[in-house]
Amino acid sequence: MEKLIAGKSVAVNEEGYLTDFSQWDKSIAEELAHEAGISLSPRHWEVLTYLQNEHQNQVALSIRRIGKSNFVDIKEFYQLFPTAPLKTATKIAGIPKPVSCI
Amino acid sequence: MKNLVILGAGTGGTMMANHLHHHLHSPDWRITIIDERQEHHYQPGYLFLPFDVYSPDDIVKSIKEFIPEDVHLVQQKILRIAPTENKIYLESGNEILYDVLIVATGAKIAPEETEGMRGAEWHKSVFDFYTFEGALALRDKLRDWQGGKLVVHITEMPIKCPVAPLEFAFLADSFFTQKQMRDKVEITYVTPLSGAFTKPKATEALEHLLKEKNIHIESDFAIEQVDNTTKEIVDYGGRRIPFDILVTVPTNKGDELMARSGMGDDLNYIPTDKATLRAKNYENIFVLGDASNIPASKAGSVTHFEAEILTENILRFVHGEPLKEEFDGHANCFIETGNGKALLIDFNYTHEPVEGSFPFQGIGPLRLLKESRMNHMGKLAFRWIYWNVLLKGTHIPFVPATMPVPKQQ
Repeated sequence: MEKLIAGKSVAVNEEGYLTDFSQWDKSIAEELAHEAGISLSPRHWEVLTYLQNEHQNQVALSIRRIGKSNFVDIKEFYQLFPTAPLKTATKIAGIPKPVSCI
Repeated sequence: MKNLVILGAGTGGTMMANHLHHHLHSPDWRITIIDERQEHHYQPGYLFLPFDVYSPDDIVKSIKEFIPEDVHLVQQKILRIAPTENKIYLESGNEILYDVLIVATGAKIAPEETEGMRGAEWHKSVFDFYTFEGALALRDKLRDWQGGKLVVHITEMPIKCPVAPLEFAFLADSFFTQKQMRDKVEITYVTPLSGAFTKPKATEALEHLLKEKNIHIESDFAIEQVDNTTKEIVDYGGRRIPFDILVTVPTNKGDELMARSGMGDDLNYIPTDKATLRAKNYENIFVLGDASNIPASKAGSVTHFEAEILTENILRFVHGEPLKEEFDGHANCFIETGNGKALLIDFNYTHEPVEGSFPFQGIGPLRLLKESRMNHMGKLAFRWIYWNVLLKGTHIPFVPATMPVPKQQ
C-alpha cells in the first residue's frame, strides 16, 4: 500500500514499514520519528545509519546482537528509542522489521 | 567399510538411526551414535510434570531401548568435532572417523545469560520447566502454594517449542481453578514478542483465549535482569514486573560442543541450509532438529518431518546424487488450552496456521486453530505415538513431511 509521508507517496506494508529503501530519506525518517514521539538527535542518526549498514550487510538484527555490537549498548538503545527500540528504530530507518524466529 | 556417525541420541538422532540402519548396513556401512547420557526424556512431558498430570515414569526411558542392535551406541562425552579431519574426539581419548556426520545435539536452556536468573531464588521462586529438575522443583512448589503473582516469562527467541509457555499459562489457569483457588492467583504472561505468538493468525486466536482465561499479557519485554531482592523482573526500558513465582523460559542455546568445535553461531547453532538440511560450511555434515539455525520451530514435530527428508538426502549424498531441496519448515503442534481441551496448529516457513480439519479436510478428526476435546486426546495420545511409532522411524499415516497447503484452504 502507499502512504503519504513528509509530502511523498511511499510504499509501506500493513505495519507501516517501508518496503522500498530507495524511497527513504531524512525527511521521511523525521516524520516517522515524530509519529513515534521521538525527536532525532545526532546520536539517533548514528544509530539509524548503523542499523541500515547492518541490514545492508545482511546481519539479522536482534536485541542480543545490538548488545554485543560495541556500537550502542542496550540501555542507550532503549533511551534513544523507548519501549520497543528495535521495532521503532528499524521503522524510522526504512528497513524491514526484524523477524523474530518462530 | 564407511562410517556414518550421529551425534546425540535424542528425538532426532534416534529417529535417524532407526531410519538409516535399514539402508546403510554391513559390509558397506557402519552406523555409530554417540551420546553420553543414559536416559531418553520425552521432553513435551515436562509441561505436564508441574501439574502432577504426568509422573517421571511416564517420560523417562533408557536411550538403549530405542537404538537398533546393528547401530553402535557409544555413551561417552564428545570433546569436539574436527570437521577438517572428519573426526570426532571423545573425552576418553578415543577418536572416531566419519564419512558422513549427522549433528542432532539439540538445544538447552542457558539461565546464566540473564543477570540474576540463576541467583538466590533459582528453583525457590524462580523456576524453569524446560529441564526435568526444573519441572519437578516447580511441581513441589505448586503442590502447596497458597497463591499470589504467577509470572510466566520468555527471555528471548528462539526457544524450543515456542507454544509451551502459553500452554503453561493455560494449564495453570485450569490447575488453580480445579484447586478452587483461581481467585488467589494473578497470572501474567510476559513475552519479548509484540503479541502472544510469532504468527499473526495464531496470535489472534491465542490472545482471545488469554483474555477469556483472565491472563494478563505484557508484550515487548526485553529482560535485563531478575531482581532477587525485590522479586521482580526488569526490562532494559526500566519496566518492572513483580512475581511470587516466576516460571521463565531462559535463553536457549545449542550445545557447547559447537563452541568447542568452532562450528556454531553466537547461540551455538550450526548454520544450515533450510531446504536440504546440510551444514552450510561442510559438505558431509548434516544437521537435524534444534541444533540447526534454520528459521523453523524448535520442536519434535519439525524434527520428525526433517528426519524423513534428511533420510532421503543422506541416501542421495552417499550415492553421489544431488540433494533434494524439499524441507518447508513444516510444524504441527498441539496447544493445550486447559480444561481438557487443546488447539492444533499446522504451519511452515511461508504459510500461516489456517483453520480447518486435520489430517483429512472436512473430516478431521482434529480441528485446526479451534479448541476441542479431541485435540486434547490427540496431545495425550501423542506420548504413546512418540515412544512406539515416532522414535522407531515409522511413518505416521496421513501426516506428510511437507505441509499439505491446498488441502486446508
